[in-house]
Amino acid sequence: MEYFTQQLINGVTLGSIYGLIAIGYTMVYGIIGMINFAHGEIYMIGAFVAMITFLVLNMLGGIWLPFALIIALIMSMVFTSIWGWTVERIAYRPLRGSFRLAPLISAIGMSIFLQNLVQVLQGARVKPLQPMIKGGFEIMEHDGFTVTISYLQIFIIILTIVLMTVFTLIINKTSLGRAQRATEQDRTMASLIGVNVDRTISLTFVMGAALAAVAGLMVTLYYGVIDFYIGFLAGMKAFTAAVLGGIGSLPGAMLGGLLIGLIEAFWSGYFTIEYKDVAVFSILVLVLIFRPTGLLGKPEIEKV
Amino acid sequence: MSTNTQKTDVVATLKEAGLSGLIAGALALPLAGFKTFSLNGVLTAETRFDWVIMAAVIVAVGRFLLSMGQNSFLPSLSSGISGAATSVGHAINKNNKILLVLLLAAVIIFPFSPMANRHSLDLAVYVLIYVMLGWGLNIVVGLAGLLDLGYVAFYAVGAYSYALLATTYDLSFWICLPMAGIFAASFGIVLGFPVLRLRGDYLAIVTLGFGEIIRVILLNWYDLTGGPDGISSIPKPTFFGMAVFSKIGKDGLPPFHELVGIEYSSLNKFVFFYFLIMALALITNFFTLRIRKLPIGRAWEALREDETACRSLGINPTNTKLSAFAIGAMFAGFAGSFFATRQGFISPESFTFIESAIILAIVVLGGMGSQVGVILASLVLVLGPELVRELAEFRMLAFGGVMVLIMVWKPKGLLSRREPTIRLHAKPEAGEVK
Repeated sequence: MEYFTQQLINGVTLGSIYGLIAIGYTMVYGIIGMINFAHGEIYMIGAFVAMITFLVLNMLGGIWLPFALIIALIMSMVFTSIWGWTVERIAYRPLRGSFRLAPLISAIGMSIFLQNLVQVLQGARVKPLQPMIKGGFEIMEHDGFTVTISYLQIFIIILTIVLMTVFTLIINKTSLGRAQRATEQDRTMASLIGVNVDRTISLTFVMGAALAAVAGLMVTLYYGVIDFYIGFLAGMKAFTAAVLGGIGSLPGAMLGGLLIGLIEAFWSGYFTIEYKDVAVFSILVLVLIFRPTGLLGKPEIEKV
Repeated sequence: MSTNTQKTDVVATLKEAGLSGLIAGALALPLAGFKTFSLNGVLTAETRFDWVIMAAVIVAVGRFLLSMGQNSFLPSLSSGISGAATSVGHAINKNNKILLVLLLAAVIIFPFSPMANRHSLDLAVYVLIYVMLGWGLNIVVGLAGLLDLGYVAFYAVGAYSYALLATTYDLSFWICLPMAGIFAASFGIVLGFPVLRLRGDYLAIVTLGFGEIIRVILLNWYDLTGGPDGISSIPKPTFFGMAVFSKIGKDGLPPFHELVGIEYSSLNKFVFFYFLIMALALITNFFTLRIRKLPIGRAWEALREDETACRSLGINPTNTKLSAFAIGAMFAGFAGSFFATRQGFISPESFTFIESAIILAIVVLGGMGSQVGVILASLVLVLGPELVRELAEFRMLAFGGVMVLIMVWKPKGLLSRREPTIRLHAKPEAGEVK
């Protein structure tokens, strides 16, 4: 039971990170119907910006930790958003309206480009960062096994909940969210009734990138090591999460992320850690066989 | 008046250029502006702001020149370039047959020309493997319209099945080749059966996941696959079971040069590899060309265009897709076993997602469904990076950049025109307005 609880906590933490990345995939897919393959790289850039911000703050001298966290959060969100915006502007916007595979290939090219750009600029070695948020609560103890929830895990989970709430409110209540939903349903119609479609799509990319940046910051703090390659696997898992939850659905992405995190934590806890990725994809296949549109996805209506 | 508008134009252009420069600076600030490195095990950073300024200036100037050019010489230049490209494309399409014969002749003569040496033949073989993979994937993506992001999995299955069969059971290449194809095809069926009901992008993620699963299994099933160490000393093929390519005979087989009565040359083996992969690739190509004329090939293409219509016409979509998937996988299996025998050593490193991405990019960049386009794209994406090996880490950077640029420049691929499978009317003569 204690072991179970511990894995549950670890899984929820991991799932929060995946969920935040998955939202970027699901929103972009919902609005322009493309798989944004470079999104994992955007997350990686977010992690690097966060790491560099921490290093710079360190160089400037010790700053009160919560303050440093907020600065790093803002910095990585701002700079990563600019990256997200630029990627859309350069690689995807010219291809809007061409056939389905063109933006996908462009996105794969962009992903390779960004990965190698960061490798060239920052080196291929892994970057270890000193742990900054230490300690935690012991919530259970039994037969010498203590269940702990670290402050960092609490920080990650709470921040995720706050962000997702804010985000849902933006989509459901603001005019920007309304424009996004309109664009998603019918781009031509939306532009006819005065929605600036290009701007809405750009903002979608910016929002996705901002959330990915937060995930990057979390991962930097949580694992303490990052390198230029982390975007690939995380991006793939997050995309799997988006598909699992039903691509195009925001609650689906959160649920999918959480599930992927839990599956991974429990599989590595109870079975073999090497095959955790295999478990994740096998469960994805199983879910898709029985619910071809994902858990919360709406069945597609085919019009002839 | 006109000078006035010109002035505002210049001002607007300058503003725009400044803005792009600012954005470039902002992009570069965190990633290029600080260099992180380990100092006595502790990560530290040092500033490198000159890089940021450089990036901003380069982008601003570039943008300015581009916009200025757009108003003067660039439109004519770009229309000239794309006009030339189009007319080259037209020429290729028009003189299809002659060009193909010429190309084939050149390709056949190449190993006997003075240009042939170990290095160039190796490169040619390397490119031809991708041409074959491109043609194989073209069946799945180009004809049947199924987005397969894990094609490399079947390539891996082919390679490992040859390597395992040859090293454990001592079977010859010629027995293993069809078996590798069958294994890969069965994997295609096993995977395809549950997932082919899914629509486009769901299929993409499942195939992507499958590719990763295969790689993870290869990496961790130490007893069978050797894990990250891979399998080494995979035997080379014999000359159709009649001779071996060494200086002296082996296993009761005479050496090749004695069999055909020529002088021994270490190049013989590479020439043989070259023709072997060329034959395999041409078989793939010929198969594709022919199957488009058969009911099954037409069903694939019909399915790509409209699944609902196919259903109502009595085509079973699952079986049809499954056959395309399996046949595509089979060719990947052939290519894989060739790869294993050529390399003599395989490890999971050779079967990463990037390979799938390159193969898919070859198909799409070449112009979906265009057979010649695949050759062209392989030359750009596979030979190109090999020729600029000195660039080292900048090589992949350029690779990604070129991929994006080509896609943005020609979203339909380099050779986008495709001969329709069926014409309802006679082909219009050249020059006739239709």
